[in-house]
Amino acid sequence: MTLAQPLTPVRWILIPALQVIMTTWLFTMPYRVFGFQPPEPVFAMVTAFAWAVIRPSVLAPFCLLLMGIGMDLIWGSPLGLWAVSLLVSYGAVLLVRNILIGQQLPILWLAFGVACALAELLGVLITQVVSHVTPRALGVISQWGVTIAVYPWAHRLIERFDDADVRFR
Amino acid sequence: MALRDSPFNEMRLPLLLSAAVALIIALVVGVTMLFSDRRETIQTQAYGVTRTMGDHVVAPVSSWITAPSRWGQSAISAVQQYFFAVSENRRLRAELSVARSWRTTAIALQDTNERYRALLGLKVNPPIAMVSGLAVADSRGPFANSRLVNIGSEKKVEVGNPVMNENGLVGRVVGVAEGVSRVLLLTDVTSRTPVLLDRTDSRAILAGDGGPNPRLDYMRGPDPVKENDLVLTSGDGGVLPRGIPVGHAVKGLDGRWRVVLLADDGAIDFVRILLFKDFRQLANTPRLNELPAPAPTATAPSSVTSAPVARPAANPNPQSPVAPTASKSGPNRPEAKSVQQAKTQATASVTKPAQPRPSAPKPTPARPVAVSKPVAVPQATPPSDAGDIPH
Repeated sequence: MTLAQPLTPVRWILIPALQVIMTTWLFTMPYRVFGFQPPEPVFAMVTAFAWAVIRPSVLAPFCLLLMGIGMDLIWGSPLGLWAVSLLVSYGAVLLVRNILIGQQLPILWLAFGVACALAELLGVLITQVVSHVTPRALGVISQWGVTIAVYPWAHRLIERFDDADVRFR
Repeated sequence: MALRDSPFNEMRLPLLLSAAVALIIALVVGVTMLFSDRRETIQTQAYGVTRTMGDHVVAPVSSWITAPSRWGQSAISAVQQYFFAVSENRRLRAELSVARSWRTTAIALQDTNERYRALLGLKVNPPIAMVSGLAVADSRGPFANSRLVNIGSEKKVEVGNPVMNENGLVGRVVGVAEGVSRVLLLTDVTSRTPVLLDRTDSRAILAGDGGPNPRLDYMRGPDPVKENDLVLTSGDGGVLPRGIPVGHAVKGLDGRWRVVLLADDGAIDFVRILLFKDFRQLANTPRLNELPAPAPTATAPSSVTSAPVARPAANPNPQSPVAPTASKSGPNRPEAKSVQQAKTQATASVTKPAQPRPSAPKPTPARPVAVSKPVAVPQATPPSDAGDIPH
């Protein structure tokens, strides 16, 4: 377990955001592993979940907006799809934040899974509205699966900063 | 002073409110961007300045990021080539012996094809130029399947150009900037490609759904497709040339016909962009419109019908200035049936003596009859009858 860190925007918002963007970028490398394409997790869900659990913030929504737009530009998805999905998930977690604070790892992991499912569902709905097509369910579920597998990263972020601001314990 | 007495305790409600307001503002911006974005269209201006600028930034950074991966793959490939040289040599020898037998067949077919074309006065598309590029980024999620390629407008790449690798069609270009193009893959949810089944010549639409095997929609006929049928581009609509190999038909687990893409067997990083233009775009329409109508003659009924019909057989020179009235041709599909039909029509027309008829003249057949006065369209005249789809 890591000790709580002082809550400066650079430490809990800027650096994780850059890490997420770089990791997302790395996973766009065109390569195959044993003939199969590697998965494409939504790493930005780590920050969307952890930032909402740590404390409410004015900077976080705008940072998520920029990250979502960046992901759309990198992935070539409709501009705004991931921005809206991340922001809605962030807002949903923020609403139930009082319930999540102080919970153990399995409960938080479960909540992270629900937040990821919400983001994926929004992605499906937006695609249906914007492009008039429904993405393949198996692809959506597989992306959800690999995304919830990166929860330990979010948990580490929460552990580092959740005690940093006593006003929001 | 104890922490609970701190004046910052009063900050809790305003901070929550301001966070909520920030969230709503960010959401409004996101939704506005979402509904102002149009990425599925092939119109150049629809791609937008934001995406063009984004691609312009993403491509070089992705190229740097992927450089170590490329070096690693090159090193691994070099080691594999060294250790597996003998087995590779054996495999290539077997492949060469098969290719030699196919070469004889190909030469015979080419000769037959040329004779048919000469007989019918058939024109094919001009050969399609192409440029090779390196994919520097690849997205493969359920909502978007696209690649960034490190060549763009400086190589005359345009929106709509088809993209293929050494095995088959990969997708088409949906965005171009200086030094970078974005390729919409066949598997993308917004991708729709007109295709035909080689065995039955029946048309279908290849629709991506985010998975690795796009499905075949809008098939016609009672039994148009069977397992392992070859799927080619149909060229309908003029966006893609006809005859580019796409894949093989398979029955999906959901009971729908899907296509295993041939491009999946090829390299993922190197692609070829075909600088394809629909042959209708090559015609000089203003010049065609300028030409005066042919003057009527005294023996109009017989001469008008007989002269153009006899022209293809009498003048089989492919360089002759004839308007591009013939359809496109693909190298991989069996043309014997259609060519035979056309040949029968042409032969019947040619051998039939042109006799004056007092009654109303029979209308001139649409194909392969040329216009009554030949029109020179230099761009549309093919330099040779070589196949137009590079494989």
